[in-house]
Order: sequence, then C-alpha cells, then structure tokens
Amino acid sequence: MGILDKHKKIETHATLLMVLSFIVVTIGGLVQIVPLFYIENTIEKVEGVRPYTPLELTGKRIYEREGCYACHSQMIRPMRDEVERYGHYSLAAETMYDRPFQWGSKRTGPDLARVGGRYSDEWHQDHFRNPPAVVPESIMPKYGFLFNREIDGKYVADFLSTSAIFGVPYTTAMIENATADFRAQVDPEGDAEGLEERYGKAAFGTPVNVRNFDGQAKLTEADALIAYMQVLGTMVDFSTFQPDLSR
Amino acid sequence: MSAHHDKEHKPGEVPTTGHSWDGIEELDNPMPRWWLWTWYASIFWAVLYSIAYPAWPLINGATQGILGYNRVEELQSNIDKFTTLNAPMREKLVKAELTEIGTDPELQSFAKQSGAAVYKTWCAQCHGSGAGGNVGGYPNLLDDDWLWGGSMEDIHLTVTHGIRNTQSEEARFSMMPAFGDMLEKEDITSVVQYVRQISGQEHDAALATAGETVFADNCSGCHAEDGSGDRSQGAPDLTDAIWLYGGDVASLTHTVTYARAGVMPAWNERLTEADIRSVAVYVHSLGGGE
Repeated sequence: MGILDKHKKIETHATLLMVLSFIVVTIGGLVQIVPLFYIENTIEKVEGVRPYTPLELTGKRIYEREGCYACHSQMIRPMRDEVERYGHYSLAAETMYDRPFQWGSKRTGPDLARVGGRYSDEWHQDHFRNPPAVVPESIMPKYGFLFNREIDGKYVADFLSTSAIFGVPYTTAMIENATADFRAQVDPEGDAEGLEERYGKAAFGTPVNVRNFDGQAKLTEADALIAYMQVLGTMVDFSTFQPDLSR
Repeated sequence: MSAHHDKEHKPGEVPTTGHSWDGIEELDNPMPRWWLWTWYASIFWAVLYSIAYPAWPLINGATQGILGYNRVEELQSNIDKFTTLNAPMREKLVKAELTEIGTDPELQSFAKQSGAAVYKTWCAQCHGSGAGGNVGGYPNLLDDDWLWGGSMEDIHLTVTHGIRNTQSEEARFSMMPAFGDMLEKEDITSVVQYVRQISGQEHDAALATAGETVFADNCSGCHAEDGSGDRSQGAPDLTDAIWLYGGDVASLTHTVTYARAGVMPAWNERLTEADIRSVAVYVHSLGGGE
C-alpha cells in the first residue's frame, strides 16, 4: 500500500521511532516556546501599568490562596456583550506583572478584570463579610475571617524581590521600603509620599489608592485584598488608548 | 499486511498482524474509511484555516491571514453598528430638558429600556437587582422615601456625582458626627428611645422624654426638629418605618455612637451622559419619582 506501509519500518525500530518522535516534539515545542523568548515584542505597549504595591501584591496572594480564580475570571474578551458589561477588553500588558496571571476560565461569579473603583470599600467590606447581604442571589461564600487575620508586611520584601527575579521591575528602593510602603497604604493620616513617589503618578502615571480599606483600625488581610480589588483594571487610561490592529 | 503473514491468510478472512501469543493472534482490521477521510479532511482544513486566518507566530507578531480578519475590528464594527442605531435617540435624550423626558413617550420608553440595562450592569450590586435596596446603607429605590431628593434633577445629580466619594468634587456630601465621643452613654440610650418613639416603635416612655431634649440639642439641626430629616443634607427621615441601617435598639445605638456615612461612586467617569440620563429615568419610573 505504498507510502503508508513504510510506517511499519518506524514502528518496528525502537531507536528510529524515538529519534523521529523527538524531532516531532521538538518542532511542536519550538512553535510554542520560542515566541516566549521575545515576549517583549508580543505585548502591546500601553502606558500606566505599574507593578503592584506591596499591599496589593499581598492582596493578590490572598486572592490566589482563597482560589478566587476558580469562580472569577480576569479576562474581558473582545466581544460586544463583554465590553458593554465589564469595560474595555483586557490587554496583555495589563497582566504582564501578574505572576501567576489570574485570567481564569470559569465565571460562576462575574469577571473582575475591571472591578477597581467600581464599588466603594464599604461595599467590599459588606460583601466579603456576607455576600448575600448586598447581592441576595449570590452564592459566594463568606470571607469575614479575613477581617480578623492581622498582617504586618514583615516579609513582603521577599515577595517583591522574588518577583523582581522574574522580570517585574521592582527597584532596590521599592524592595528596601516594602514594609514601610505596605503600612503607609492603609494609613490616610500618615506619610504616603514615598509610596506615591515610587508607585504613583510621577513614576507610572497612575495615583496610588491610600485608604483604610477594611474600615478597621487594625491592618488585616481584608485591607490587602480590597486594595488589590480596587486597583484591578484601573492602570491604563483607555480614553487615550489606540489599539494596535496587528495584535 | 506484508508478505509473511498475507500468504497464510485465506480470502474473506480478516488479516492478522502476524503476532501470536500463546496462539492468540492480533487482527489487523483496516481503519474505517469514513474515519480516515474525516481525518484527512481535518488536516486539509487546518492548512486552509492557517492561511486564511491569523495563525502562525513570527518574530514580531503573527501571520495575519489572507482574509484580513481582525477581532478588534470586528468588535469595533459591532459596537459601531449599535452606536449608530441608537445615536439619534441618545442625542435627543441628552438634549432634552430632564423634566421633559417624561412627556415624550417614545423617548421615555427608550430611556427606560436602556436605563434598565445600565441599572442591571452598574447599580444592582448595591441597590439590588429589583431595586429594593439592602439593609446596611444601600437605599431602596422603589419607595418615595428619598435621602437626597427624588426629582429627575436630584436623581440625575446623585447618579452623576455620587455621594460622599472622593472622585467628584461635586459629590453630595454630609457627615454625621460620631456621638460616642460627644454624648454620655445614658444620653445615647435615651435619644435612641426617643427615635423609637417618633418612629412609632416600642419604647421606654421615661427615657424617650429625656431623649427629646438630647435630640433637640444634638440631632434636630440635620434631622429637623420633628425628626423628619433634611434632604439638602441627606439626613434621613427618622419618623417613618424605613431604615437604612436598621431601626432596632442595637442598630440605632451603633448609628448614634459611631455615625453612618454611605458612599456612592460618581458615575460620570464611567457612564456617558445618555446612560446617566437613561438610568435616572429608569429609577424615577420605579415608583417613587417625584
């Protein structure tokens, strides 16, 4: 049966089969992996995206720990219905400092890619304590315990320096002041100038939210998670954004 | 199918692979023809698809495909289509006087429909999908008990700039003091009983009488002498049965001690004027509009 019969030669010679399989897998691997080496070129350039502040980064860790990604996506697809509901479709650049990214694939709850600034801190406090209290039809579990778990940001510098190894542009100043910045962000009465200077308008074009996010005197995991919620999707100014159609 | 076992195979019998284990032979049936052809067709289709549509990653981007399909352009044309269709009505809506929207049935119907969509997307999370509000500071929008006013102008202003936020300088603002620092515990207990008296609830008469003075000295400036509230300051009416944070003794004591300050975001940053007007018309039409 002509060429198809030649297959038998491959199937009956283990070494030949191994060598040829290796070549096939190599080609497949190259096609997928090589573009990652010039990923800088594949991400559309936008202004305003900054690394997370120490507090926001901690909030993201809590988001991952609690498995929020299992029910919430952070990826607005370029379709009219999604754009009407959630806002501008997500850009690769907006999650370029997310390690790991939280795009998700399941929407039991709504997409959170642009939840920042959409609700007040008070809403988030009420909602995390008891979701059905504000959205009666919600099946989200309660996260009230986050309001009792105090955190001090003692080791947050390690988070930053680890992220820096993987290419997130945390500067030495950011890492050295991580714990101070961590605390400064929840203290509207305190001195947040250093935090603003490192992460804020002057450096990246977007101001940093400095508030008492959880509404309590103590600094808790709820502060970090709400700070993370409130920055999601707010970094890029879409009023001046022009899409690159070749992407 | 090669020679060494084919010669043992009689016509009409399924050939074997020639392997034999303890007398058990492996049949060598050909794959079904329909399956094979579907497979070949899929390969052919994949080749055509990768030529026609964006597919292969290259150094500075990806192949764009000869059909010129682009998802961003497709999205834009989809949005443009509906923007164009809605444009005349939206323009009319933005130009109309707020009070006159209700007099034009076509315009009102358009505003109500699009306002309902805006409401479900942006407002339902706090005020409830049925606009019934939620205890804990999220006002019911179905009734005629308004904190800051229920006319079209008032609702429009509230939606545009929000309440007590830091986003808009024109946001309506008022701040109830926390009386925990200013009043004695007994005074708070008695003023709570007085508030329960004027709202027609079960109360301790003696304490309520004492509370009347406390109320007149401390609360009447905003909530009015008779406790009916003041819309210019967003001070709620305390004489009715509608409670934003609860009318029981514990909730009232908490309210007086620590004060309450609900926040509503400014929507002029996120919504267009036409959307804001639509949702104002929708909320106005829910039953309590003035």
